Amino acid sequence: MKGPGSFAAAIFLSLLAAAVPAKAQTPLPEGIQIGLSTDNVSITAGFSGADLTIFGSLENPDPLVARQGRYDVIVVLEGPPKPVVVRRKDRVLGVWINLESETFENVPVSYSVATTRPLQDITEPNSYKQLSLGASNLYMQPADAGESPATIEEFTAALRERKAAAGLYSENVGGVQFLSQNLFRATVRLAPNVPVGTHKARAFLFKSGLFIKESSAQLEIRKSGFEQSIFRVAHDYSFLYGVFAVSLAMVTGWLGRLVFRKD
Amino acid sequence: MGIYLPIAEISVNVFVLLAMGAAVGFLSGMFGVGGGFLITPLLIFYNIPPAIAVATGANQVIASSFSGALSHMKRGTLDFKLGGVLLAGGIVGSTGGIYVFAFLRRLGQLDLFISLLYVVLLGTVGGLMLVESVNALRATRSGAAPVLKKSGQHNWIHRLPLKMRFRASKLFVSVIPVLGLGAGIGFLSSIMGVGGGFIMVPALIYLLKVPTNVVIGTSLFQIIFTSAYTTLVHATTNQTVDVMLAFLLMAGGVAGAQYGAKAGQRLRGEQLRALLALLVLAVAIRLAIDLFVTPPNLYSLSGAGLN
Repeated sequence: MKGPGSFAAAIFLSLLAAAVPAKAQTPLPEGIQIGLSTDNVSITAGFSGADLTIFGSLENPDPLVARQGRYDVIVVLEGPPKPVVVRRKDRVLGVWINLESETFENVPVSYSVATTRPLQDITEPNSYKQLSLGASNLYMQPADAGESPATIEEFTAALRERKAAAGLYSENVGGVQFLSQNLFRATVRLAPNVPVGTHKARAFLFKSGLFIKESSAQLEIRKSGFEQSIFRVAHDYSFLYGVFAVSLAMVTGWLGRLVFRKD
Repeated sequence: MGIYLPIAEISVNVFVLLAMGAAVGFLSGMFGVGGGFLITPLLIFYNIPPAIAVATGANQVIASSFSGALSHMKRGTLDFKLGGVLLAGGIVGSTGGIYVFAFLRRLGQLDLFISLLYVVLLGTVGGLMLVESVNALRATRSGAAPVLKKSGQHNWIHRLPLKMRFRASKLFVSVIPVLGLGAGIGFLSSIMGVGGGFIMVPALIYLLKVPTNVVIGTSLFQIIFTSAYTTLVHATTNQTVDVMLAFLLMAGGVAGAQYGAKAGQRLRGEQLRALLALLVLAVAIRLAIDLFVTPPNLYSLSGAGLN
């Protein structure tokens, strides 16, 4: 925070913010804030994936650093954590059978990342590990810690690969754009099969490769309308739902015969 | 046009499902089978989770068999008494099947078991039917009068005790094989999502010697109730019945079935059986290939609880 950068920041702040002239000599720490236009998103029958836009702003950015593009922002939309079983097929008598399996606790069902630049250009692999940031650095907690590290590593890699293949773990490089020195816009992907529940949006601010600050907000994703009612009835009134399914089939069969009768 | 399936929790194409229903409905009307043995594998090929494909398949079967049974009832080719006894066995078998289903699902072996059952059953039934119908076709072509099984030619099944008279089928037979057949088919219905017509029809014809004209109606009659029961139990214990998916399949299915039934009347019995046998074998081979071919992904994910 020393050098010409802080000087410029001081002038900038004293010009703009008359309320803090006394403290303007030492630059205020940078911060980051994000805001969601809504705190719940509803999935309807036609849902085939969507882009979710998250706006955010930097607090007290250093104009020089900002001009040089040395601020980086990573925004993550993380789905609700759920236990997951990863199974591996092996050949038994020529037939592929699920043999080995590994259970992981608290795996985010979905994980979409948007960044200003490619992840490897923003900071060191080690700081990603420490922050547990990015699909490939996300820490997966095995349920059975007694398993050999090689096995756990193999199944963790498979878990990430399967999630990515299902579109649930995604990365949008360039998905975060600065609209002005302070304001940025992040676009994260919602997969067509995005899980319902409480999602957490988190924004990470980096300055010249150093992690500065994190901010988060919550987002509820739920099924809306007709589908939601069906899902709820199927779970809460499962017997009545079954009776309805059977009756629907009989009525359809009967009507179909009336309409399309050929004999 | 995409539609979101509330239980399967994925988006699918409406027209693909309608067409799938119509094609299977056409075949089921033509051959007098529910079509579940085609619908369930097709849904699995279309990436519907097997557990949901099975339960929803059972639901769809009700519509096509109800529609078919109505036609047979009108023609008087339905033996209610025989159907009732088959049904009593079916309820017992279906209940057992549901427990095995839930158990295998917890183990992570449900998909494998479903595929294996399909391959073994479809392969056996298809093979037997093909041999029989090709022999019959050859016999008629060479001009020899078809060797009709006389009612006097009884097999071991007809020597079992507890005999019962089924008037509409002109049958006097022990209830043990009838109950057993019903139970076996009920079990398969709940695990495979099939009505069981593809086993019931040949079993009634070849094992119990029920006249062919009564077989289809009676089989459809018992299938309505076995699959209704299976649907109910799957809905309450596993919550895997997707009505939206089932309805699309049914809507296509009932339309196709009526045209299929019409087309079926123009074909002769042996030809019809040979075609059905080929179809059954084709599905079995397709599923068998999947078991042996190295899968594109060796790893699969599932929730630790259900599904």
